[in-house]
Amino acid sequence: MNSIHMSLASISGIAGVKANDTFASWFKRMTWTLGLPLLGLLVFMFIWQAGAKRIDTSLGQFPGPVQVYEQTGALISEHVREREREAAFYERQEKRNAERVAKDPDYVPKVRSYTGKPTFFDQIVTSLVTVLAGFAIGALIAIPLGICIGLNGSLYALLNPVIQLFKPVSPLAWLPLVTMVVSAVYVSDDPLFAKSFLTSLFTVSLCCLWPTLINTAVGVSAISPDLQNVSKVLRLSWLAHVYRIVLPSSVPMIFTGLRLSLGIAWMVLIAAEMLAQNPGLGKFVWDEFQNGSSDSLGRIMVAVLVIGVIGFLLDRIMLLIQRAVSWDKNAITR
Amino acid sequence: MAVHLELSDVSIEFPTPKGAFRALDGVNLKIERGEFVSLIGHSGCGKSTVLNIIAGLHQASTGGVVLDGREVNEPGPERAVVFQNHSLLPWLSAYENVELAVRQVFKGRKSKAEMKAWIEHNLELVQMTHAMDKRPDEISGGMKQRVGIARALAMEPTVLLMDEPFGALDALTRAHLQDSLMEIQSSLNNTVIMITHDVDEAVLLSDRIVMMTNGPAATVGEILEVDLPRPRERIALADNPEYNHYRHHVLRFLYEKQRKVEPLVSHRAKGRVDDSAKARKQA
Repeated sequence: MNSIHMSLASISGIAGVKANDTFASWFKRMTWTLGLPLLGLLVFMFIWQAGAKRIDTSLGQFPGPVQVYEQTGALISEHVREREREAAFYERQEKRNAERVAKDPDYVPKVRSYTGKPTFFDQIVTSLVTVLAGFAIGALIAIPLGICIGLNGSLYALLNPVIQLFKPVSPLAWLPLVTMVVSAVYVSDDPLFAKSFLTSLFTVSLCCLWPTLINTAVGVSAISPDLQNVSKVLRLSWLAHVYRIVLPSSVPMIFTGLRLSLGIAWMVLIAAEMLAQNPGLGKFVWDEFQNGSSDSLGRIMVAVLVIGVIGFLLDRIMLLIQRAVSWDKNAITR
Repeated sequence: MAVHLELSDVSIEFPTPKGAFRALDGVNLKIERGEFVSLIGHSGCGKSTVLNIIAGLHQASTGGVVLDGREVNEPGPERAVVFQNHSLLPWLSAYENVELAVRQVFKGRKSKAEMKAWIEHNLELVQMTHAMDKRPDEISGGMKQRVGIARALAMEPTVLLMDEPFGALDALTRAHLQDSLMEIQSSLNNTVIMITHDVDEAVLLSDRIVMMTNGPAATVGEILEVDLPRPRERIALADNPEYNHYRHHVLRFLYEKQRKVEPLVSHRAKGRVDDSAKARKQA
């Protein structure tokens, strides 16, 4: 009993409990912030385990938490092994080249890059890079355009039908068109980016720019008329008006849009990679599905969870940035 | 001496779905340099519209405003406005709010150090130096309005326009700010045009009170010269017969000559007619 109390006290020290806080109120707070979420996860695990046992597929039993845990370990060791192989390959190549140069000084050594299969973690990195690049392009288009639309009523009326038309389009509908356009337009002997990367990138951009565009436009057009009068009395130039008044006052709305956009971007990317066989987590899932070994379903489940965790983390990061940048500290940001 | 600020035959019409609405009709007013003029009238009579036309935020449909021989047709810092609900930029501190105005108005005319001194000087005038690094949401309503006044004063305006500057404040804070304003006015001697609902405020602060008739097509009803010696002291004036005479004059204008027809009363009267009509039908 005493030791439990001791350990609780040390946790409370970590959680930053004030000296005048009573134990009861601390306990209540911890229940809300830690206890209930953990309980929810536990209940989910239990239902998952119980349900998984009852589902038999042609690839064996549906993976439960234990199989997923095992497959996570397997994927990590696969990644480590692949890295070791890669290092060994380069070592061998270097050694061989050094020997040939020693024999024949005129020999120009050839350096070949390693062509092993990308591991699960390589696919995660590819997906992350693609989603962030696509999201950035979307935001770079959406924010300035949104500001212009929000400031100018006739521009809004002009573009609104187009926005409303394209906003609900699924990424899968864009994908064939984007693929064909990229293959036709991006012709180069020494491409800086892979075509598959560009296809995923533009599909993501096309789908994720709408929430930012619309929220920015709404935020900008909702600037209080009093602040606009201040700007007029001060005779701020157009640029100063945008920079000093419009942008800061619509920052909360812009970030609401950006968070929605990033969420959509991440969902769209996985679907696009799956359909187009472009490198990334979507391709990993599809490959495992096609592979059809007894481990496949477990590995897909690992990918599903990782996709969820990454999506959650991306949203949290955006939230942190929003809190740091936005002046409106009273806004409910969660 | 030439007229400092002149409104000649100012009328304004706003387009509505039912046709043009004439808010102001033939407003004439001459204001001298250093004068403190109040505009008083019932709500909806177009006081704010007059102020917005002088500020250049509205354009008169006919007639116009001439300030120091030049026609006013766009907003500018020489006609600084103190807005009713302070209109400070919520993401900037008190200092930065004033700085935005100073940087814009004195660009190229003052050095960085001079600007800093000027900003601090204006915040000192409204006694806000202690909270100049606070944001608007961290200070009280009265303090926000002080910063709003500091921002307007920092533009070194030819005419200071105040749109019900103390309307949203509680009575004690309002009295405090009125005293501050009188003090500032006695040293700077600005030309001030202030809109108010408050008869005491108008008599206490003004050199002249412009009373407006009810809209639509509102215009100047009467102009009252307030010839009380300055500095004025609110407690001493409370028993002053002259002060009460001025007060009485304005009150009579507002509640007898320009009595606003209360919609509540008219509704009740109408209801009674309906009831009697119904009763007759039933009979």
